Amino acid sequence: MTDRPLKQIHLAAHFPGVNNTTVWSDPASGSHIEFDSFRHLAETAERGKFDFFFLAEGLRLRENKGRIHDLDVVGRPESITVLNALAAVTTRLGLAATVNATFNEPYELARRFASLDHLSGGRAAWNVVTSSDAFTGENFRRGGYLDRADRYTRAAEFVQLAREFWDGGEETVRHQGPQFDVEGRLSLPRPPQGHPVVIQAGDSDEGREFAAATADVVFSRHSTLADGQAFHADVKRRLAAYGRKPDELKIMPGVTFTLGDTDAEAAELAAETRRAQVGAPTAIAFLEQVWGIDLSDHDPDGPLPAVDPDPGSALAQGRVRIGDPLAIAAKWRTLATEKKLTSRELVIEVTGRQSFIGSPATVAEQIDFFVQNDAADGFILVPHLTPGGLDTFVDRVVPLLQERGVFRTDYSGTTLREHLGLPLPGRR
Amino acid sequence: MPRPLHLSAALDSPGHVDAGHYAALARLAERAALDFVTLDDSFTPEPRRPDALATLARIAPLTERVGLVPTVTTTHTEPFHTSISVNTLDWVSRGRAGWLVGVSATEAEAKAFGRRPTAPADALWAEAADAAEVAARLWDSWEDDAEIRDAATGRFIDRDKLHYIDFEGAHFSVRGPSITPRPPQGRPVVAVPVTAADLAPDASPGGRARVSTAIRYADVVLLDAPDHTARLTAATELRLRAGEHLRILARTEAALPDAAAVERLLAELAATGAGVDGFHLVPADPGRDLAALAERVVPILRARGLFRAGYAGRTLRDHLGLARPASRYAAGPAAATDSAGPAALAEVTR
Repeated sequence: MTDRPLKQIHLAAHFPGVNNTTVWSDPASGSHIEFDSFRHLAETAERGKFDFFFLAEGLRLRENKGRIHDLDVVGRPESITVLNALAAVTTRLGLAATVNATFNEPYELARRFASLDHLSGGRAAWNVVTSSDAFTGENFRRGGYLDRADRYTRAAEFVQLAREFWDGGEETVRHQGPQFDVEGRLSLPRPPQGHPVVIQAGDSDEGREFAAATADVVFSRHSTLADGQAFHADVKRRLAAYGRKPDELKIMPGVTFTLGDTDAEAAELAAETRRAQVGAPTAIAFLEQVWGIDLSDHDPDGPLPAVDPDPGSALAQGRVRIGDPLAIAAKWRTLATEKKLTSRELVIEVTGRQSFIGSPATVAEQIDFFVQNDAADGFILVPHLTPGGLDTFVDRVVPLLQERGVFRTDYSGTTLREHLGLPLPGRR
Repeated sequence: MPRPLHLSAALDSPGHVDAGHYAALARLAERAALDFVTLDDSFTPEPRRPDALATLARIAPLTERVGLVPTVTTTHTEPFHTSISVNTLDWVSRGRAGWLVGVSATEAEAKAFGRRPTAPADALWAEAADAAEVAARLWDSWEDDAEIRDAATGRFIDRDKLHYIDFEGAHFSVRGPSITPRPPQGRPVVAVPVTAADLAPDASPGGRARVSTAIRYADVVLLDAPDHTARLTAATELRLRAGEHLRILARTEAALPDAAAVERLLAELAATGAGVDGFHLVPADPGRDLAALAERVVPILRARGLFRAGYAGRTLRDHLGLARPASRYAAGPAAATDSAGPAALAEVTR
C-alpha cells in the first residue's frame, strides 16, 4: 500500500433482479411488486448510509423458445414512479432508475428526471442504457431498431440534450443534431443537483469512451480484483481527454455476496444459494441460450449435449447477447470433462458465483481491499433475496467498514452528488 | 334512495415544484374524504410544475385513502410507458390510481419532441382512444393469479396467464404483455374531460372525438358546462350513451374566501336534479380553499346526510362504487365459447 489517505467506499443497493440471481423459492422471499418490498430495501440501504438505491429496467418480458421465460422472477414496476414514491419514505438515499434512451425522447425524460430531482430534494440518478433490438421495439412507436452503431451516438446526443434542458431555466433550448431536432423549455427550474447523476453500464470500447466523456458513475461488471483493476485503470485513463479528473467518475461494479457467521458457514450457504439459483429447468434454459436449440429432453444430471450449438438461433429473446456460442460450448466441454461435471453442475460452476463470500469481517476486509487497491471506487450490491437480502450486510458489514474509517457513519450532505463527492456541474 | 355524492378536487398550483406543498393539499382532501384529487399536466413550459404522475406518486405514501388522478397526455408519450406508469401508481398507492386522459395540441409541445407535427383535435382524441385501449389491454395482460411460485416445477409464473395484446392502430402497434403485473384495482380509473359543447349537435370534430373516447373508455367524466341547463342536457346524453356505470362529475369553481362563498358552494353541491354524480372542485387558492372545504363545507354536507362520514373502502374504485373488472383475457366460463377453436383449445389443454 502507498501512504495516500484511505479511499472512501461508495455503496449502492440494487433491487433484486428479474433473473436467476434472485431466489424466489426461499420461504423468506417476499413480493417483487408491492411497494412495501421496495420500501424495505430502500429503508435498509438508508439505514446503512448507502449512496443510492438502484432499479434495473426491462421493457419486454424475456422469452425462451418463443414463450415467456417462466423460471425466474417476472414482472416489475415502472422505475421512476417507484422512486418518486420512495422519495417520500427516505430523506438522503440517492434514487437511481435505469431508463432506455432508445425508447424515450429527451424532452420527456429530462422532465421526468428533473421532476424526480426536485421532488426528492436532489437525489435523482439516471442509468443510461441503449437498446437496438426489434424484439423490445415491438412495444413502442419507434418499432424496431436502431442500428447497433447508432446506439451510442443517440445516447450521447440524448444525454447532452437532457443536460441542456436541465440547464435551460428560463431560456428556450434550441438543438439541431443528427438524432434530434428540438426546441423547448422545461416547466421546472434547474434541478437541485444541477444535473441528476448519470450512470452508465456499457462495457465495450464505445461504452467505456461514452462513460469517460459523459457519466458520473460506471456500473461495471468486473467484480474480480484483476479485472476490476484493469477496467478501473482503463476507464480512468480515458478521462483526461475530456478534461476530467479521475475523481469525477466513480467505478462501481455490481456484486453479489453471501454472509455467514464464519467463512466456512458462508461458503456452505453460498453453495446452497447457487443450487437454488440453478435448478434443473434453469440449467436447461441456460444451455438452450448458448446452444440455440430445444433441449427440453436433455438430462440435466447427465453430460453436456453432444451436438454443437446453432450460432444463428434467435431462441432466447430479451436477454443480453452472448458471445460466440461454439467457443463457449467448447470451453464448457473442456471444463466439464476436467472437473467431471453434469450439465447442471457445469452451469452452477460457470454462472453466478458470489463476488464476496465470508464472515462479516472477511467481506468487509475484501471490499476495503478492492477499493484501496483500485479495483473499484465502491460497489452496487445485488442481494439474492427480496426484500430482506441486504439486512445482514447493513447490520454487520457496514459497521466494520465504518470502524475501518472507509465508510461514512452518517450522511454529510443531502444530495446524491454530495454523497458521491461529485461537483455541482456549472451551467453551460 | 339518492345516488351517493362524489367529490373531487384539483390540486393545481402553478409555480410550486416542492413535494411538501402537494402533500399538504392532498392531506386536506383526505380529511374531507374526497373521492380523488387531480393534477393537470402538459409539455408546455408554463405553468411551472413538476410531472403530475411523479408528484402524485411522491405523495402516495403520505396519504392513505384519497384517489390520485394525474393527467397523462397521449400525443407524445409512448402508450406502453403510460400504461406501466399508471399501473405503478396503483401499486405504490395500493389501489388509488386514476388516469385523466389528455392530448397535446400545441406547436410548442410538438417542437419539444421534434418527432411529428401538430394534428387536429379529432385525430389527437382518436389516438388517445387507442392509447386508452392499449393501456387497458396491458393492465389485463397479466391475469390476477399469474404469479404461482410453483417450487415443484420451478415456475414463477403460469405463462398461460400472460397475454400478448397485439394492438395494431393507425399510429402505433404494441405487442405486450405488460412488464408490470395486473394492478391492485385491475384497471386504474380512467377519467376524460368533456365540455357541454362537445355534446351539442353542432359540436366540433375534436369535441365529438373526445366524447366518443369518453363513452368508450371513461369510468369518470369531468364535465365542464356553462350553466345548469347545459349540464343537465350534457349529463343526460352522456348517461344515455355510456350507461349507468359512468360517474359524471361537474366542474365547479371553488373560491372560498368567506362564509358567503361557502354558503353558495353548499347550495350548489346540495342541489338535486343536476343529472350528475358529483363535482370536480377547482379551487382558486388551493391551500385556502381545500382547508375551507375540509373544515366548513364537508362537515355541513355530512350533517345533512349528503356526503360520506369517512372512507368505507380502500381503493378509488371503492370510493366511486365501481366494481373491480375481471381481466378480458381470463378464461371464465363465458369466455371459453368466444375463444373456442383449435389454437385456443391447445392453449387451454396444454
